[in-house]
Amino acid sequence: MAANKKSLSAEFVKGLWVENPILKLLLGMCPALAVSNSATNGLAMGLATAFVLVASNALVSLVRRLVPAQVRIPTYIMIIAGFVTLADLFLQAQLPVISKALGPYVALIVCNCVILGRSEFFASKHSLLPSIADGFGMGMGFTIVLLVLGSIREVLGSGAIFGYVFMGEEVFVPWVVMVLPAGAFLTLGLLMGILNYITRPKGDSA
Amino acid sequence: MNAVLIFISAAVINNFVLAYFLGICPFLGVSKKVETSINMGLATTFVMTLTAVITWLINEYILIKFNLPFLQYVTFIIAIASLVQLVEMFIRKSSPSLYRSLGIFLPLITTNCAILGLALFMALREYTFIETVAFGVGGGIGFTIAMVLMGGIREELEYADIPPALKGAPMTLLVAGMLALAFMGFAGMLSV
Repeated sequence: MAANKKSLSAEFVKGLWVENPILKLLLGMCPALAVSNSATNGLAMGLATAFVLVASNALVSLVRRLVPAQVRIPTYIMIIAGFVTLADLFLQAQLPVISKALGPYVALIVCNCVILGRSEFFASKHSLLPSIADGFGMGMGFTIVLLVLGSIREVLGSGAIFGYVFMGEEVFVPWVVMVLPAGAFLTLGLLMGILNYITRPKGDSA
Repeated sequence: MNAVLIFISAAVINNFVLAYFLGICPFLGVSKKVETSINMGLATTFVMTLTAVITWLINEYILIKFNLPFLQYVTFIIAIASLVQLVEMFIRKSSPSLYRSLGIFLPLITTNCAILGLALFMALREYTFIETVAFGVGGGIGFTIAMVLMGGIREELEYADIPPALKGAPMTLLVAGMLALAFMGFAGMLSV
């Protein structure tokens, strides 16, 4: 049981850093770049994706023995699309402002390769609990990156965080480019470069 | 006239990749060479046009008619997946040389969010049939332009002296950022 517990937490932790979906696996880039123009949007998108990841991982792992191998990908996509519809309807009903800001990108969670990737490579081969832990870890790793990206872009692009303006026009001229598409590419590129530099192997002069 | 505006807008001003962040995965993944970029771009344009037509018909005559818009995501993604499968089988039978040059790119198109994004934007903005077709073709051409530009730049980058930490994905993202900046120049061209 102890070993089992350890592996559960290991499945969870690996999504945060070692196999971080965005920084290391380069999956799910579209939503990461599209809706990270403010910290709130990034957080909401991250949590919605995490929910779909956990739920679809759990269901895929439960039905993994019932689904014939030939039709597994369409089945997984159906499961994911179902949960995305749930998440979208929930956002529309409970958080209409955020739902408006995210727009069609909520629906595009269906195409987020992280989710299909985890279903295919992890949940279809593991039992329920590890699959949930894996989905949760990946989801949290995804959320953290989105939150960091959204915060950087919001602070530099509009002098605010979570919509709260702490740097007025008189002290800081916002870099409009940061909230525009170009800013997303540049921020994520620099962020990855800095992380690569920090984590470079010892003795490797970068 | 409206359709022409939509076509130009989708191709350059609101470029799918550089302004809407759709289809980033193939944009970063298979843009290492100009040739593969062109093949991927053309295959995607082809599927995009077909998708635009099919999903418009489904949306208009099934989902809206029977008041089922909540099934949109599920039906669209299935329509796209089966369409890609169909196109793959058709090309393999009719033109083996084209099939070989497209290779693994065809099945990959299913998970290209530009395709689903196209269907969703089309439904959201309530385009007419002609406008939808223009949107699909324009979006595909815009995608191809972005892919080819990126492929060309990356071929040159092979010989550039890049700091090791920025090699690979970070550099590609920075280049994409500069491309996006350049494409912002089209924004004043016309307003849609």
